[in-house]
Amino acid sequence: MDLTFTKEEQAFREEVRTFFRENLPEDISAAVKAGGELTKDIMERYHAILAKKGWLAVTWPKEYGGPGWTPVERHIFDEESCRFYAPRIVPFGLAMLGPVLQKFGSQEQKDYYLPRILSGEDWWCQGYSEPGAGSDLASLKTRAVQDGDEWVINGQKTWTTLGQHADKIFCLCRTDPDVKQQQGISFILVDLDTPGIEMRPIKLIEGGHEVNEVFFTDVRVPYKNLVGEVNQGWTIAKYLLTHERTGIAGVGFSMLALEEVKALARKVMRGGKPLIEDPLFAARIAQVEVDLEAMKITNLRMLFKAQKQGAPGPETSILKIKGTVINQELKDLARRALGPSAAPFPGAITEGNLALAPENHANNAARYFNNRKTSIFGGSNEIQRNILSKAVLEL
Amino acid sequence: MDFDLTEDRQMLSDSLNRFLADKYPVEHRNKVAYAEPFHDPALWDQLAELGAIFALAPEDKGGFGGTGFDISVVFESLGRVICPEPVLGALLATRVLSHSDADQEALLSGSMRAAVGLGEIEAPYDLSSVKTEAKKSGDGYTLTGRKSAVYGGQAAQHLLIAAMLDGKLAVFRIDAADADVTGYAMIDGGGAAEVIMEDTPAVLVLEDGAAALQDAVNAGIVALCSEAVGAMEVLHAMTVDYLKQRKQFGRAIGTFQALQHRAVDMLTEIEQSRSIVIKAASELDGPDATKYCAMAKNLIGRAGRLVAEEAIQMHGGIAMTWEYPGSHYAKRIIMIDAQLGDTDFQLSKVMAAA
Repeated sequence: MDLTFTKEEQAFREEVRTFFRENLPEDISAAVKAGGELTKDIMERYHAILAKKGWLAVTWPKEYGGPGWTPVERHIFDEESCRFYAPRIVPFGLAMLGPVLQKFGSQEQKDYYLPRILSGEDWWCQGYSEPGAGSDLASLKTRAVQDGDEWVINGQKTWTTLGQHADKIFCLCRTDPDVKQQQGISFILVDLDTPGIEMRPIKLIEGGHEVNEVFFTDVRVPYKNLVGEVNQGWTIAKYLLTHERTGIAGVGFSMLALEEVKALARKVMRGGKPLIEDPLFAARIAQVEVDLEAMKITNLRMLFKAQKQGAPGPETSILKIKGTVINQELKDLARRALGPSAAPFPGAITEGNLALAPENHANNAARYFNNRKTSIFGGSNEIQRNILSKAVLEL
Repeated sequence: MDFDLTEDRQMLSDSLNRFLADKYPVEHRNKVAYAEPFHDPALWDQLAELGAIFALAPEDKGGFGGTGFDISVVFESLGRVICPEPVLGALLATRVLSHSDADQEALLSGSMRAAVGLGEIEAPYDLSSVKTEAKKSGDGYTLTGRKSAVYGGQAAQHLLIAAMLDGKLAVFRIDAADADVTGYAMIDGGGAAEVIMEDTPAVLVLEDGAAALQDAVNAGIVALCSEAVGAMEVLHAMTVDYLKQRKQFGRAIGTFQALQHRAVDMLTEIEQSRSIVIKAASELDGPDATKYCAMAKNLIGRAGRLVAEEAIQMHGGIAMTWEYPGSHYAKRIIMIDAQLGDTDFQLSKVMAAA
């Protein structure tokens, strides 16, 4: 039992810190700190900075241009990138499609797509959910029919995150409607320039534009855009889901959020004292701080296990459930700390000197509302409970 | 980073688990836990021979362990069988005595049982509200006051008592025979005592005892939290088994999602509990021990209540019976919260440390 990092890991942490200190532009960290939507330009510039260092494809092995990090090294990188207010790496090409192509893709697909993901030439988005297929993803209906050396795709995808920036989409499509649902799905790559595709924005609860719906009408793509075998899509989707689960707890983000809540509660007054000295509010902060402290160790324990066994197990669903609940509680506290001052519409107050906590104050209500998504996406917390019930408790 | 036990601790854990599983089937446990002297003196001796108490003290004090992880291993094993032996008293005593030059051979070998009187009836957790008073008397001292719910006090020969001496918290040793000691069984099994002292002769152990007592409380918290984790895991496993076996409406009740999700929530909180115990154990000898121990006890108080209440609820009527083993686990898990500071008390400690 030893909670310390090895000398090599500590040295690695120093290297990451130095890198961020020297290379992360101030306007990027300021935008992250402000907590609103990031522009495409910011995300692309950040990716380019990491790519130049060879640190962009954090989960990829060296042979494909990744840094070949261990789970612990990835964790250290995640922690430090939060601490320095670096953006989250956009996951669709790098964390999702990349590993899928490396495992299931043809040599031609690997040679063509992987370098383009690394260089930022292709921006991928994810075509999984449909209006009628959310938690029950296997019931998806978007149809792909072979016609000579092409697929013809008809249907609708939704919740397509950052699709407005993307030029390509990977889709789960139904290729055999007559077998068990899971056995009739294929994984197909689609160029968003292809005729017959329409992307419409979905305005979110707080007014932001993160997600989209995508309509496919007689969309023709080359047959060779199929990844893996025909009807192997569900296996690929499951691989993708279980492959990349480090960082799922969002511990680094919650640690920052906790500090922000405390900073706000020192500024706001209640009953003649700073809010942080109000017993009711302080108790709520303390309670979530305790849960977060335990979460840090739960996260490390699962990393340790993943590192030892080579892959994370189903118990990582615990990280998703508990991690999102903790983060949502912190977002709620930040919103409550400011009361009505958290409410101005994002962007309504742009003059920093008007704000009590200029770095983020007008976004705290928006962030609270936006963050409700975390217990819904990536397999809702109820689906995570189903996974744990089946895979761990064997119920 | 390494979350596996060292080989030595794994061996200790394995041998304790084997011994305890063999000697404390729940029927025997219940028999001794509720009848005087509220533990099994013969098994106490054997437990001590296995090294369970030596493991609680460091080598320079005559033991072979003494770190948070050593304490944790021993008490998790005890928790798995809800063992009623007064090991907590021995831990608190060795922890206090380690701040003095006292010889601990008799304590660590188990030949002498000790308990520590901390809380009082009007202030069960708060060391700053101790009213028991020490007075100089000839070459020695006398104590006057009352210590409440002294765990293991019914079976101890020696009692270490937290008392005020000239306005400062000090530690004294008394012979149990010199005080008015009333032993009783606790609702969750095992014994405790009310210790009433009236000009009871006492030996000064530590003149300035506050830090030593807090250290003992911290170690006790790591112990109780580890015991709770052991007991919670067993109770959770019993519950999951029951969900698989019990049939209603023609199917195993574990096929109902409402119950599956609650069983998962128990699992989640138990994993969080294990994590916070690891953290507290790793910090036990560091400068922030009090804060991390308070965090651990707070979380485990909440998790314990969830696990115990949900286990009873999901079992239904059977878990309301004395006969069913799970009900005794539930009681122990709930009542651990009332030892050395409950959930709310610990939360205020966390707030004070912020």
